[in-house]
Formats: sequence, structure tokens, C-alpha cells
Amino acid sequence: MSLQPPRPSPMTPTQLVDEYFIENRNRVIEVAAFLDRLDRADATAADRDFRMQALAEALTILASGSPNRVREIQMLLSDPTSEPLPALDRKGAVGAYDRSNAGVR
Amino acid sequence: MRYIDHHAHMVSRTTDDYAAMALTGCVALTEPAFWAGWDRSTADGFEDYFKQLTEFEPKRAAQYRVQHYTWIGMNPKESDDREISVEVLRRIPKYLERPTVLGIGEIGMNRVTRNEIATYTEQVELATQLRQLVLIHTPHLEDKHKGTRVTIDVLRRYPDLAPGRVIVDHAEEHTIEQILEHGYWAGLTLYPQTKVSAQRAVDMIEKYGPDRILVAGACDWGPSEPLAVPKFIAEMRRRHHPEDLIHRVVFENPVRFLSQSPKFTLPAGLEDVVGARLG
Repeated sequence: MSLQPPRPSPMTPTQLVDEYFIENRNRVIEVAAFLDRLDRADATAADRDFRMQALAEALTILASGSPNRVREIQMLLSDPTSEPLPALDRKGAVGAYDRSNAGVR
Repeated sequence: MRYIDHHAHMVSRTTDDYAAMALTGCVALTEPAFWAGWDRSTADGFEDYFKQLTEFEPKRAAQYRVQHYTWIGMNPKESDDREISVEVLRRIPKYLERPTVLGIGEIGMNRVTRNEIATYTEQVELATQLRQLVLIHTPHLEDKHKGTRVTIDVLRRYPDLAPGRVIVDHAEEHTIEQILEHGYWAGLTLYPQTKVSAQRAVDMIEKYGPDRILVAGACDWGPSEPLAVPKFIAEMRRRHHPEDLIHRVVFENPVRFLSQSPKFTLPAGLEDVVGARLG
């Protein structure tokens, strides 16, 4: 079944920036504050935690010129395997996939 | 603006939430059977929950002039327990006959285990045999893409289950295309942290158009928002979308999907609002 072609936003670029700049400025500063906070706790922690490694990679996508940043970041954070788990390991997801365990990059 | 929230776990909410939803335009909602945040120990515990969904909640909602419908099923979070799942599935059909039950749901994957797939597949088969609508939960966070792929792979093994009678819920940017391409309805559930924001939901409406997309709050016992749909409406207006498009997404689309069950009826006085438009 074919999908409808993507539609442009009904707002102009200037309107979008006027409307959404402040809240997204705040989001970026919140991420920066989180990273600074983590450094104050242990500056090397981010290198050891697979979630933080994924977040660092996500930030490079964020800064890229890709028109599909959301999808690319979602896929970066997703389990890329296709085999079902043989048994339940835990009840919930943690937000990123530990690629080092599966030999996946 | 009137709206229908197709996914709200009202057993976890207060009557104040019913009142607030009614005041913001909610005329009907549907409540899928789900996990209570802890595992039930017996099939009898599930039956008590099914009775609460079909006997108590419709009365509670009616106090605020909100129509309450429900979905019955073995939820993904507890479906890895095969022993209890088999017994719950044996008891499900009698609840499907109740007057406010629209179909089987929410079923699907949590961590995408072999047992979860077995329980899910049996419920898809049951829905096919009993000609039920289906509401599917897709996993959260890193499990969503894989889980959605497995979900659709199983559905495609049952060609007698028409894709247009299935909603695959909790869709996000990396799963919505495969859901829509296969002919299913896609549900966007608006959560403060772990699912989709109102802004991203509007983005997806802009990218893919309004066909076969539903929007809901999926409010439950965790951080969630019973007024997510009116906040989505506000975001659509903020983005300069016309009122008829918003009405289509939050009212006409759920009516179109849910009306495939003969049990779903519009509140008195609203039949003409959508009758002409839906044809």
C-alpha cells in the first residue's frame, strides 16, 4: 500500500523558528547540563556506559544535515537483531541497545 | 472540539480525570486490557480485571457522559508466562461477547521473547476465528522496531484478518511507515517521556497525512497525561492546521475504525456530525 507523499509544514521557516526556538534552545541546554552533571560525578562514566555512548552518537546525528534525524536516532537506539529472546531477561526496556554484547556496531 | 481517545487505562485514573476529559470534549474512550504494574498471580485475577473493565468502568465513565468501551486480552507484559496465558486465553471468549467489548487487545510484544510471540500469535488466531477487531501494543524504546517487525510478520500469516481491522499502537517515526504500508491503522500515543510528544505526532500527521492514523493519551498508572488529546489539538492549531483536519484525526478517524464493531455507537446527537462525512 503506497503512502501519501510527505507534505510541507503549513508554517514558513521563520514562523517555525519564531514559534519553537525558545523551547528547543532550552532542550539543548538541558542536554548540556546533564552531560556537565555527569562529568562532575565521573568524567569517564560516559565512556563506559553503552547508553551514554549511544547518546554521544545521537548527538553527532543531531548536528548532521540529515533530513531524517529522528528516524536515524531512533534506529541508532534500537535493537538491530531479529531473533526472539529465548527467555525473558527483564521486564522493561532501558532506552538503548547494548551493541557490545551482540557484536553489533 | 469533540474527541475520542482510543487508548486510556482509566482503571488507573481518578474520577477527576474523567471529569477533565469530558470538560475538554471527550465523548468516548476505549480501554485496552493491560498490565497493572505488577504481575497477577492467577487467571482469576485477570477475570476480576475483565469484570472491572466491562462492568464498573462503563458506569463510572457514564457519570460524566463519556462512553466507555474496552478491549480484552492477555497483555504483553505478562504474556511470557505461558501457563497463565493459556488459561487466560481460554477464558477470554466469554468476555468478548459483552456489550462494550470491541475486540482483542492490547496484545503484542514486550521484550520480544519466544513465549510472548506464542501468546500473541494465539490471540491473533483467536481474533481471526472470532472476527474481532485487534488493538496491538508495540514495545517501548529500543525494543520497538524489532517488536513491530515481528508483530507484522505474525499478522501477515493470517490473511483472513483484514489489515483495516487492526490498529498497531504506540507507533513512532521508525515504525509508522511499515505499519501504514501494510494497511494497518497506526496509533500515536502521547506520553510525557517514553513515547511520542504532541509536536512529533503533528509532524507525523504532516508527513504521512491523516489516513489511518489515530491519536491517544494512553494514560495509565505511570507518568502520563489524560488530557493528551486536547493538548494535541492545541498543537495542531499552533501549527496552523485547519479545524476540519483536526476533527478528522481526533474524531472521524476513531469513529471510522471503531465503527467496524457493531457494538460501537456514537453518543446520541452526534450521529449526524460524522455520518455525511464518512459516507
